[in-house]
Amino acid sequence: MRTIARRLAFYAATAIVAISVDFLIPRIIPGNPVNAILARMQGATLSKATIAGLDEQYGVNTKTSLWTQYIHFWGNVLHGNLGTSTSNGFVAVSTVIREALPWTLGLVGVATVISFVLGTLIGVLVAWRRGTWLDNLLPATTFFQAAPYFFIAFLAIDLFSTKLGWLPSGQGHQDLDFPALNWTYISDVLDHAVLPALTIVVASAAGWIISMRNVMVTTMDEDYVLVAAAKGLHRRRVIWYAARNAVLPSISGFSLAIGFIVSGALLTEIVFSYPGLGLLLVNAVSDNDYALLQGLFLIITLAVLAANLIADFVYVFLDPRIRQEA
Amino acid sequence: MAVGIGTDRATGAASAPGSLPAAGGRSRAWRLPRSPKIIVGLVMLAVFVIIAIIGPLIAPYNPNVSFANSSVPLPPSGAHWLGTTALQQDVLSQLLSGGRSTLLVALIAGVIATALSVIIGVTAGYLGGLADDVLSMLANIFLVMPALPLLMILFGFLGHSSADNDLVVALVISITGWAWGARVLRAQTLSLRNRDYVDSARLIGESNWRIIGTEIVPNLVPVIASSFLFTVLYGVGTYTAIAFLGYVNPDHWSWGSMLFYSQEVNAETSGYWWWFVPPGLAVAFLGTSLALLNFGIDEFVNPRLRAAGLSGHPSRRTRGRTRQSFGQTAVIRADRGRP
Amino acid sequence: MSQHIVTGPERSRGDALLEIHGLCVDYGQGSDAVHAVTDVDLVLHRGEVLGLAGESGSGKSTLAMAATRLLREPGVITAGEVRLHYDTGSVADLLEAGTGALRVLRWSEVSLVIQSAMNALNPVMSIRTQLTDALAAHVPDMSRRSRRDRAVELLGMVGISADRLGSHPHELSGGMRQRVMIAMALALRPQIVIMDEPTTALDVVTQREILEELIDLRDRFGFAILFITHDLSLLIEIADSIAVMYAGRLVERASAQALFRAPRHPYTLGLLHSFPALHGPRVPMTGIPGSPPDLRMLPSGCVFHPRCRFALARCADDAPPLAATGTGGRVVACWLQHPPESAPTELARPEPGLEAWAPPATADGQAATQGGSAA
Repeated sequence: MRTIARRLAFYAATAIVAISVDFLIPRIIPGNPVNAILARMQGATLSKATIAGLDEQYGVNTKTSLWTQYIHFWGNVLHGNLGTSTSNGFVAVSTVIREALPWTLGLVGVATVISFVLGTLIGVLVAWRRGTWLDNLLPATTFFQAAPYFFIAFLAIDLFSTKLGWLPSGQGHQDLDFPALNWTYISDVLDHAVLPALTIVVASAAGWIISMRNVMVTTMDEDYVLVAAAKGLHRRRVIWYAARNAVLPSISGFSLAIGFIVSGALLTEIVFSYPGLGLLLVNAVSDNDYALLQGLFLIITLAVLAANLIADFVYVFLDPRIRQEA
Repeated sequence: MAVGIGTDRATGAASAPGSLPAAGGRSRAWRLPRSPKIIVGLVMLAVFVIIAIIGPLIAPYNPNVSFANSSVPLPPSGAHWLGTTALQQDVLSQLLSGGRSTLLVALIAGVIATALSVIIGVTAGYLGGLADDVLSMLANIFLVMPALPLLMILFGFLGHSSADNDLVVALVISITGWAWGARVLRAQTLSLRNRDYVDSARLIGESNWRIIGTEIVPNLVPVIASSFLFTVLYGVGTYTAIAFLGYVNPDHWSWGSMLFYSQEVNAETSGYWWWFVPPGLAVAFLGTSLALLNFGIDEFVNPRLRAAGLSGHPSRRTRGRTRQSFGQTAVIRADRGRP
Repeated sequence: MSQHIVTGPERSRGDALLEIHGLCVDYGQGSDAVHAVTDVDLVLHRGEVLGLAGESGSGKSTLAMAATRLLREPGVITAGEVRLHYDTGSVADLLEAGTGALRVLRWSEVSLVIQSAMNALNPVMSIRTQLTDALAAHVPDMSRRSRRDRAVELLGMVGISADRLGSHPHELSGGMRQRVMIAMALALRPQIVIMDEPTTALDVVTQREILEELIDLRDRFGFAILFITHDLSLLIEIADSIAVMYAGRLVERASAQALFRAPRHPYTLGLLHSFPALHGPRVPMTGIPGSPPDLRMLPSGCVFHPRCRFALARCADDAPPLAATGTGGRVVACWLQHPPESAPTELARPEPGLEAWAPPATADGQAATQGGSAA
């Protein structure tokens, strides 16, 4: 368990840093966030208690020490109390996030898994058929890797929604009377998810393709792949010998990639007006809804850490050398 | 933000310890520009640099001027080669004017982030021990934390006025962009630190800073170059994303802000492709040129990555070359003068 | 049997197992191709241990890999034939075989043990998987259970207990890994096992143990071994016949004893003086002056002449053919042996009284090795 324990300690440290950053940003950046919120409210009468609550939340007009505020902040976070969202009628931030989170988790989770599997398979193929026309995929891949997610989203909408009219260009579902677990609703949700998912897959698969291809090319020079061929194993089995080893660096590189993918996916959600965290994030910034902004940063960071933890478990499962040590 | 998914950087050649060219690899360095990837990348980048410098001067119109009162963008025509925006501004002029700020901000961010990553990465790798543990942890935390939400919370609290300042934007981008380079540089420093010539420099009593300056950093040049290109690439993507979200100075044009304005009136659902395709392609091709240069450096460091097509060894392009599959050596009966 | 095959003892021709004829291998194609193996004729007989010796870069591994079509890019076979004789009497040319045919005969007829078993075993797969997957691929109707039993049996043959089946390569010592590799190579009872520097990475004691086990196994199962090494003194102990390569060419082939006691090629003589022999008369170690030639810029005539202290004037212009000399099927490519009377005394020692290697009396390998096999 040593490997996993070490990783857990690292994630705990990262979570602590993220929460501290969350706490510090409103306090070290010049300006008075409460005034900004009040200005935004434009005369809407707020009770003294509400304003005092805001003051406390952002450390304005308060006499308590920074440390006491910090401890208090931690207490709130641990109780799931992330403050109230000023742009959503003073509903608890946790409630707002809870409504949007499943949309993002579903979309980004599924798209990331598809992208990883597809990109890895293509990477294996390109490496195996090195020297054929497939090598020409690499410059194209580089292009998609360099293109912004939201630009690919634009192209997807322009082509599949505006020109061909195959798929809806935005929202997460039709305005049905009630979301229910029936086929009409589910197929509608899937319909709306196809284009954003396609965008995320196309934009992020490029990285997996290039990464897998490069490791695979190096791995194919290993003696054990030669021995697999010498054994007269079927070609797929020989490829498996190499790919099984070559996928390990891709999985350990997952932690670096997931941050980029999540960032790109949030932008994709914004283009598609998808009812997930990305849209909340951009609205929170434009509405000066700082509590929501802080809560979103925290939740997204924790989700990314959870994804990393899953990748770590997969790695430990796949690599006997680590498994033994673990 | 779309650029530079970190995996290939993390697992590719540059991070593999001991994959550096030998200290005396000068002759190889001179061969570097021969790789087609590097040539294509350099040519593309040169075009973008020229656009950044003279683009605003050769723009046919003032990008801010409206030509008519209609709110329907006009498709490309003789008068407006790339059509017009919803405000009847010339898209081509905006495109030519938009390169400068994108390149400038990315460049400044790249310089700051690379300086940070060299300082932190080399220090951590060279000193080892507790300093290494703390700095590595810091770098890893910054790598794991998703950059866009962090940037958005920063800009959210900074407010729009601060984000108008290009230098502030570049600084904020570099804060989220140094960690990858630091990690790679730390790994390389670690492997260099144990080489014989570093050991002997230490034995004869050279100071740490002198060893770092004369023995370590010169041998890290390919990795630093690669890490610099990567951060510039990251800067291009991130600046475009921030501009796309509308957080930068509306006074000067960038490709990201063109995309921002086109999204404001739903150009993508209205079929105004001429409005958003040019800036999007510009960003993608600028990123491609930087990525190609980066791959060129990777392949220079680890020649096994070369593809046969784009950057193959001359012998691979011999006429009539037969491709062969793994585990079945090709038999090509050739008449080669038997001795 | 093809009449043009000149190598190999006359009497064992009927027992040829693998005939390599006129094999040429290049690295790269077109004008900048490097000729790594040139016109090699070699016959491996049933049950024989054939040593292939030469300095690094002499083309010995390339020859073996190309003959089995396992050579990687940019290696290309440009000429020759490689004929494999099955038990049934039918013959296959490996250079004409398609993917499917190659796949079927690999491991079941020809298996491979290569240097440094750490890299030859897949680090993420269990020993069991790696022992049984060749069985699964070649014997589809074999049950999971019997594949496992066979794996246990194989491990037992090399002295590894069955509880190691679930282990992964990193959990085994270097010697154990090489034993697993040997067990694996015998899984399908092949006729030929190619061993490319199988013990080079091991310490001397382990090396000796493994070689003794190997010869034991050979005696039990009667497979032939093509043993590739730079260590000629090792070959003299374990091989029946030895072929010496230089710059991609075969320069001499003879029974191990004949080669050891009475080398006929100056390069063989030089190699013998480069290693301390473990048995036999003491000879001063002198080595060979100079270094192996660059395959891109081979000298004219005999490729060895710039390093040869006996070189004649014609050696710089004419390449000597590989021709039979003396008795016992010895062949040598050297002008000094044409006619043999012209050879200097070092290269004209009398042939040892022993017979050249003869095939075992029965197919199951009852007959012990004769000739040079001193192990």
